Amino acid sequence: MSTNGFRLPHGGLPHGRLIDRGREISFTFDGRAYQGYHGDTLASALLANGVRVVGRSFKYHRPRGIYGLGSEEPSALVRLRTGARGEPNIRATQVELYDGLVAHSQNNWPSLRWDISSALGLFARFLPAGFYYKTFMWPGKLWPHYENIIRHMAGMGRSPEGLDPDRYEKRHAQCDVLVIGGGPAGLAAALAAAESGQQVWLADEGAQLGGASQGMRGDEGDEAVRKTIATLESLDNVTLLRRTTVFGKYDGQLYGLVERAGDHLASPAIGRPRQILWQLRTKQAVLASGAIERPLIFANNDRPGVMLTTAALGYLRAYAVRPGRRAVIVTNNDSAYEAVRILREGGVEVAAILDHRHMTEQRALPGTETLYNHAVIDTAGRRGLTSVSIARLDVNGDAVPGSERRINCDLLCLSGGFTPSVHLYSQAGGKLTFREDIQSLVPTSQVPGMTVAGAATGNFIPNTAPPIALGRSRRKQFIDLQNDVTAGDVELAAREGYRSVEHVKRYTTLGMGTDQGKTSNLNGIAVLAAALDKPLADVGLTTYRPPYTPVTIGTLAGRDVGTFLAPTRRTPMQACHEQAGAAFVPAGLWQRPHYYPRPGEAMADAVNREVLAVRQNVGIVDVSTLGRIDLHGPDVAEFLNRIYINGFKTLVVGMCRYGVMLRDDGMIFDDGTVARMAESHYIMTTTTANAGPVMAHLEYYLQVVWPDLRVHLTSITDQWAVVAVAGPRARELLDSLDSDVEFANQALPFMAWRGGHIGGIPAQVFRISFSGELAYEIAVGADHGRALWEMLLAAGEAFDVAPYGTEALTTLRTEKGHFVMGPEADGRATADDIGLAAMLSSKKDFVGRRSLRLPGLLPKGRLNLVGLVPADGTSAIPPGAILLDRAVAGPGMDKAGHVATSVFSPSLDKPIALAMVRNGRQRLDQPLWAHSPLDNRIVPVTITGPIFIDPQGERLRA
Amino acid sequence: MSHYSLANLVRHGLTGHRGWKPAWRDPAPQAGYDAIIVGGGGHGLASAYYLAKNHGLNNIAVLEKGWLGGGNTGRNTTIVRSNYLLDANAHFYEHGMKLWEGLSRDLNFNVMFSQRGVINLAHSKGQLETFRRRGNAMRLNGIDAELLDRDAVATLVPGMDVSANSRFPVEGGLLQPRGGTARHDAVAWGYARAADRRGVDIIQNCEVTGIRRDQSGVTGVETSRGFIASKRIGLAVAGHSTQLAAMAGLRLPIESHVLQAMVSEPVKPVLDTVVTFGAAHLYVSQSDKGELVMGGDIDGYNSFAQRGNLPVIEHVAACLLALFPQFSRLRILRTWGGIMDMTMDGSPIIGTTPVPGLFLNGGWCYGGFKATPASGWVFAHTMATGQPHALNADLNLNRFHQGRVLDEKGAGPYPWLH
Amino acid sequence: MLLIPCPHCGPRAQTEFSYGGDANVARPPAPEDADGGTWVDYLYLRDNAKGGHDELWQHIFGCRRWLRVGRDVVSHEITSCTELAESGA
Repeated sequence: MSTNGFRLPHGGLPHGRLIDRGREISFTFDGRAYQGYHGDTLASALLANGVRVVGRSFKYHRPRGIYGLGSEEPSALVRLRTGARGEPNIRATQVELYDGLVAHSQNNWPSLRWDISSALGLFARFLPAGFYYKTFMWPGKLWPHYENIIRHMAGMGRSPEGLDPDRYEKRHAQCDVLVIGGGPAGLAAALAAAESGQQVWLADEGAQLGGASQGMRGDEGDEAVRKTIATLESLDNVTLLRRTTVFGKYDGQLYGLVERAGDHLASPAIGRPRQILWQLRTKQAVLASGAIERPLIFANNDRPGVMLTTAALGYLRAYAVRPGRRAVIVTNNDSAYEAVRILREGGVEVAAILDHRHMTEQRALPGTETLYNHAVIDTAGRRGLTSVSIARLDVNGDAVPGSERRINCDLLCLSGGFTPSVHLYSQAGGKLTFREDIQSLVPTSQVPGMTVAGAATGNFIPNTAPPIALGRSRRKQFIDLQNDVTAGDVELAAREGYRSVEHVKRYTTLGMGTDQGKTSNLNGIAVLAAALDKPLADVGLTTYRPPYTPVTIGTLAGRDVGTFLAPTRRTPMQACHEQAGAAFVPAGLWQRPHYYPRPGEAMADAVNREVLAVRQNVGIVDVSTLGRIDLHGPDVAEFLNRIYINGFKTLVVGMCRYGVMLRDDGMIFDDGTVARMAESHYIMTTTTANAGPVMAHLEYYLQVVWPDLRVHLTSITDQWAVVAVAGPRARELLDSLDSDVEFANQALPFMAWRGGHIGGIPAQVFRISFSGELAYEIAVGADHGRALWEMLLAAGEAFDVAPYGTEALTTLRTEKGHFVMGPEADGRATADDIGLAAMLSSKKDFVGRRSLRLPGLLPKGRLNLVGLVPADGTSAIPPGAILLDRAVAGPGMDKAGHVATSVFSPSLDKPIALAMVRNGRQRLDQPLWAHSPLDNRIVPVTITGPIFIDPQGERLRA
Repeated sequence: MSHYSLANLVRHGLTGHRGWKPAWRDPAPQAGYDAIIVGGGGHGLASAYYLAKNHGLNNIAVLEKGWLGGGNTGRNTTIVRSNYLLDANAHFYEHGMKLWEGLSRDLNFNVMFSQRGVINLAHSKGQLETFRRRGNAMRLNGIDAELLDRDAVATLVPGMDVSANSRFPVEGGLLQPRGGTARHDAVAWGYARAADRRGVDIIQNCEVTGIRRDQSGVTGVETSRGFIASKRIGLAVAGHSTQLAAMAGLRLPIESHVLQAMVSEPVKPVLDTVVTFGAAHLYVSQSDKGELVMGGDIDGYNSFAQRGNLPVIEHVAACLLALFPQFSRLRILRTWGGIMDMTMDGSPIIGTTPVPGLFLNGGWCYGGFKATPASGWVFAHTMATGQPHALNADLNLNRFHQGRVLDEKGAGPYPWLH
Repeated sequence: MLLIPCPHCGPRAQTEFSYGGDANVARPPAPEDADGGTWVDYLYLRDNAKGGHDELWQHIFGCRRWLRVGRDVVSHEITSCTELAESGA
């Protein structure tokens, strides 16, 4: 492969421990083909190929290169892969190279090399932090256009497109000790815990354990680490998760982890997920997440070729890549001197090491100029670093005039000290204290269940000098490379009164990029502290928010995608409905038949036909979705008496009763029927939507309020299949079946129930009606539902039976004036509102009764359930219309009410509606206007009673 | 010369922006004020601004425990809308909408109010009918609303999955075209700067630790910076309203809950509308910076911790992918939590209290950010006159005792269901 | 995610439970005799302590018992979880 001389030859040095030179890999970047090795990251491979500019910055579109080694990388963001697997904003430093990898640069047009928007740099002086708050206000109507431009300038990469072909999984696990970070400290902690017999999990974001300093410990150190890894791998009580980021700490000692199980491959292995969201509960966590090197701040410190020293060393030792040919190192601590040796050993010429500190002890480094009291004051190089300008510092840290000079180099290593990675500790509520000697915030409080180890504690970090005071520079001194936030921006914020560190973050966007400010936050605070003339310790720190590194949305969703977003509940007869070609409608988690169109039949025609079938012959409807609750115990009657507004003590075995229940605030909560099955056994039905809430409501009152009542509840919704057979010929149809149940009026009168068999199937038959017709609800074991349905259809052929759906059901109940939860009783309706005052028992207390005496719940002035008919007898009443007393709407006009349910009644051959109207029951026969401005309709209507069909109830008792 | 304008931006640009004055002063508290507002978030600052602007009071202090705008003003999903069903809410929020429409110019601070439309998706015929009722009520209340069918939704939000194959296929939606988003922090800053210019003392890092009262009413507040006297004290500390009210011996029908929000990594413009999912709780928009800004339900248990747990985040992610499967490979950059005042009926409480001189502005549930201007407007009126404004007359604390709750969802006295 | 130590089912994830709010709300034993203020207070006023909080949770995907949980609403640490009868409520 071509090396451009950046890849070190295989030789005597221990360089390139992470790469396998035996496995060459081809990849492309911006369409150009390159070669790398297995084990390379995209970043190391690009550097090996001499590619320096990999992206353009967010705001000024400045060329940017590779700056870090891992998840701290602020700049080298690329679009990875193509098509439906394409993703934006991927850090090149964390992408493991695979054969055929395709990456593109982002945020540039027409090309990375020639980016038109970089011309923005010319106007940069007019675009300081928050410039948009100060302009674009006049004229107001132009703001949308300005905004559109701003939006297109912002935004980094392009959104993914298409259906993600990959699969994501979620897994849950528990352990005794979770070790976060697989560097020397984490490995040692894991080993110690494992040896004491605990279940240990260790997670590290890298492909290889060993930590950021791998390859830099020298042979002996590396060997020790390798041995520890081998031991851990051999232990049964240890689970090692590589490529796994612990991104968040949650309650109950739960940690969120993302394992990138397939990202190092062109596509995940067949049957394997791309990523796994682990939710791991642990008794104890060891945070060994290390520390991240800080850059230094000076003019034009963002050019490709400017790099963290640890990153430069990492590329050199771990990947055998020279990050440059001629380097300058700038530092304020001792760690950089070892770097000089390592760089030189790897064949990088180190022209100079500049140390901010005033020191007297001279460290002889032949061949490298050692300059104390010196700093970089500027850099040059249009598309990559070519030289740095340096100057001597006076005692105040300002450049001494006349001391400036230039050093040619293509690599500038920044060594500004280290910041412990304490994100998870802070998420867990841990407090940080500023340590002067290392110029960092370090953990100092106890967090239950968490121990901090290694460099994350602030130990092992070299003594570091405070940042030097910055000279005023017109040139940009970047703090946050990703969001193009400069020292000048932070100073401006401080000048304008944004003095809280949170204000500065929000005003300048410092640290709000996809790197979450890993390299910029502390420097930002330092600049702010200087601007405010306050000690750094007093400035504070912005809150660490999860995730530690961005988490794929697909991973968070896991398998809850597509039709798995929520479970789909199916009744036992669902297959019959599907075969019959039913159109379905969602009802909560259920899919219910909406109507059963015959070939060529429109919805309205089908619904009318179904309604008329019920009114004239017989229809069957699947009502298995209604909630069904079994109540046992000696106190059930008393319990029901307290729960429902009407009395239940007189309900005898063999009979059913309709009931309405309220919440304690007096509003209708649900309705349904209760059948007394035996002396101390009842079955309650609820509405479909409230099956769960009613169960919880009953349990609440039983367990919390009246624990002395002896009642046992069981939800039996899923155990039963229920069919309502309704229509004047319902009895004929049932009589034609092989059954030991007597369906005659005397044997099974309205509101009675009987047990028996139908077609050999054990069944319960309830004589109840929602449609207003002669009707029976037949309940059989869920397994028999399909047989029952098919039996009814087959036998019903002789009676022109029609299966009907929820739409016909709605029409039927509207004709009959039955309210339902939702349209009429919308959680704001009292029993009196709905016209059920007569049901309110005066002989007993019940849930919600006391509230009915609150002034706002007294009947006067409330909305009442009424019927509406169009004044002209033919115009459809717009659903959802608002009712006014006038044909012409005016501002501030009081509303008379609203249309709750509007249908066409085929039985009456005209449109009808149920409505809630203020004092409506006192307003029968009065005119109103149904206003539907949404579709520009105003329909004059007349108020009627809510019952349109058979007000005496003769049909259902027939 | 700190007027904000393009001309001044250019002028200051030529001198390195060294001439900009602080957006607000940093005054020391005086011994007493004509009115004190506790809470330097959007609501408190807006109240102070309108007290000064509309009612001529300028001896006012806003006391903020931490940094201004540091509460829910800086933690929300920035949505502005007035698409309410109940009249009291509708009129109130619509007044706010009108204020939003002129806010940047009124404050001379661009709050980046973006009227990109807010659409509530419906996933069944029944839901669409519920939306019809709300949309018609809105229109009759003078609020813009449009009912969209599936095709119109698809046109409005290209890239959204409106196919019949999804778990909850989109049937249509209710659009409020004038709804949208605003830059949340800028709202606090803009009001702060404008209030400061009218002489309001904004005092940060000043925690109220007690409310002093005698027989006639409140007399002042104890703070971490000493006692400050005033016979008129307004609480605008949503999230902690119960804590502050308790200092005056008041119990409130409010629980504090944590509501999480999150943003994705920034991407180029891909979503031009604020979308709410109708089959579960999700609202999503794209910020001007390019991040998808999302939220869902409250975590569902009392909390004063500004952080939440994974189930809500997982659910929000799943709901997002139900509408936009293509965002599967996008990544969540940041999640956070804010503490909500959840009232027992889901509507805010803004008005007088049984304690003379003590006024309450809280209980904002999910709706606080969009209410900021209207809330400030009517709270200023209430504090200045001692009487509620017509727009907050129904939003009073007494409504619970009257049985005249404003239960927009009809969910009952269970704050976690609103 | 909260881990609630159900006395019947052992420590279980919060997602198996449904929240019920302040456990110290007492329904007036004879509502009809309660004056308006007492009743409304029961309906709408809750302890909203910033710190220790007694609250109800129902183990809906477990034993379905309503349980009394002691939890710090700042740290979210759960200190107790008992049957209502045991806690003497």
